[in-house]
Amino acid sequence: MAITRGFFGRRPSEEEARRLPPGQYLERGFPVLSAGATPRVATDSWRFTLKVGPRPVKSWTWEAFNELPLTALKRDIHCVTKWSKFDTNWEGVTIDDVLADAGLAPPTDFVLAHAYDGYSTNVPFGDLTGDRAMVAIRYEGAPIAPDHGGPARLFVPHLYFWKSAKWLNALQFTERDEAGFWELRGYHMYGDPWREQRFTGD
Amino acid sequence: MEASVPGGRIAWQEVAVTRIVEQTPTVKSFFLMPQRWTSFVAGQHVDVRLTAPDGYQAERSYSVGSAPGAPEVELVIERLTEGEVSPFFHEVVMPGDAIEIRGPIGGHFVWRKEDGGPVLLVGGGSGVVPLMSMLRARAALAPDVPMALVYSARTVGDVIFRNEMLARAEAEPGFALHVAVTRETPADERFHAGRIDAALIGEVLAGLGGAPRHAYVCGSNPFVDAATGLLIDMGVRFETIRTERYGGEPAEGGTAPALPEE
Repeated sequence: MAITRGFFGRRPSEEEARRLPPGQYLERGFPVLSAGATPRVATDSWRFTLKVGPRPVKSWTWEAFNELPLTALKRDIHCVTKWSKFDTNWEGVTIDDVLADAGLAPPTDFVLAHAYDGYSTNVPFGDLTGDRAMVAIRYEGAPIAPDHGGPARLFVPHLYFWKSAKWLNALQFTERDEAGFWELRGYHMYGDPWREQRFTGD
Repeated sequence: MEASVPGGRIAWQEVAVTRIVEQTPTVKSFFLMPQRWTSFVAGQHVDVRLTAPDGYQAERSYSVGSAPGAPEVELVIERLTEGEVSPFFHEVVMPGDAIEIRGPIGGHFVWRKEDGGPVLLVGGGSGVVPLMSMLRARAALAPDVPMALVYSARTVGDVIFRNEMLARAEAEPGFALHVAVTRETPADERFHAGRIDAALIGEVLAGLGGAPRHAYVCGSNPFVDAATGLLIDMGVRFETIRTERYGGEPAEGGTAPALPEE
């Protein structure tokens, strides 16, 4: 390891250091990064669809989706641009509750999340079940702002945050693990921050 | 066309800082001489890693301002008062020092000559850095591609690459420069007074001969949101706009990368 002349750094506290994955630093704001312009999605035209391959299994309006059971999750989040933010509070519908409402048992091990702006990202189903993930519709007690992915975004906090697709409009079960938008552009297929899986080959 | 990071791990490498150039009172360019630097595409960034004597490390991402094929890699770093890494670069780093980088990285906020044009670049503050790489790439590789840069800075003194931009605007047919200065009324008539607005974008689009084939917008999140909203209102297609947003409060990492989410 090459020591950088004159660099001493500003260390996080012991507790912060324990919660920061390798290469990450603690951010107190909430930076926004996205590939393009922010789509404005009105809740009265919003639709969320669950698919198996090309086949739609069930579609929800905003009103219908809001009748599903809400789960609250408090989690640390980690962006591949190197910031982490602790104790963020989200509310939404777990993927298990989405499947239950559709009467669907997981037909494959792989899911591709799709978004209104054409974005997509892959997550293994095993990472979406239980209280590890949800379709989030509220952040810190309020509707999610458009630049943070509102009306609804995927929330998978144990993976780098590009997996938590903004402006979510579909979850699709796929036969194989299919690369999404960033995964096709050199980013890791899985994206575990604790193993620092930032790029293909990491 | 999208660039991609080739398969295989992108390795860290130690690079020498060859030169440091002050761009503005808060922005400096750091020129690096990497041992390996292949397949760089304008708009990409690098990860930088610093190591303290006890092994503590800090990593940040910085945009590259130099063009593909340039002999040195130019990182342009804004000093952020609250930052951990940018003050170190500004106050401690000297020519001859070594730092670690890995890259180039990023496959979305990039422009290659095959992508063609017309190209509209919109930058706020240090968000101009990856756009400068594209401008330089155009001059070197594709001078026939129409390209316009709309750049917002607080004062004339805060305009990064000011002399080079003005010289290029004079010398390069097909390149149009529009610098908007928001916090003073510039005496020099080559600068617009005020924010980037619909009238200015209208003028730029007319100069480009209509909506661009590719638009790249880079700056703070509020800047990018305002600018992309304006472009869409003025008829630029959503699908043609690529953005790179940086900042947080307090942001670190001078210019942040064209990276996934958030």
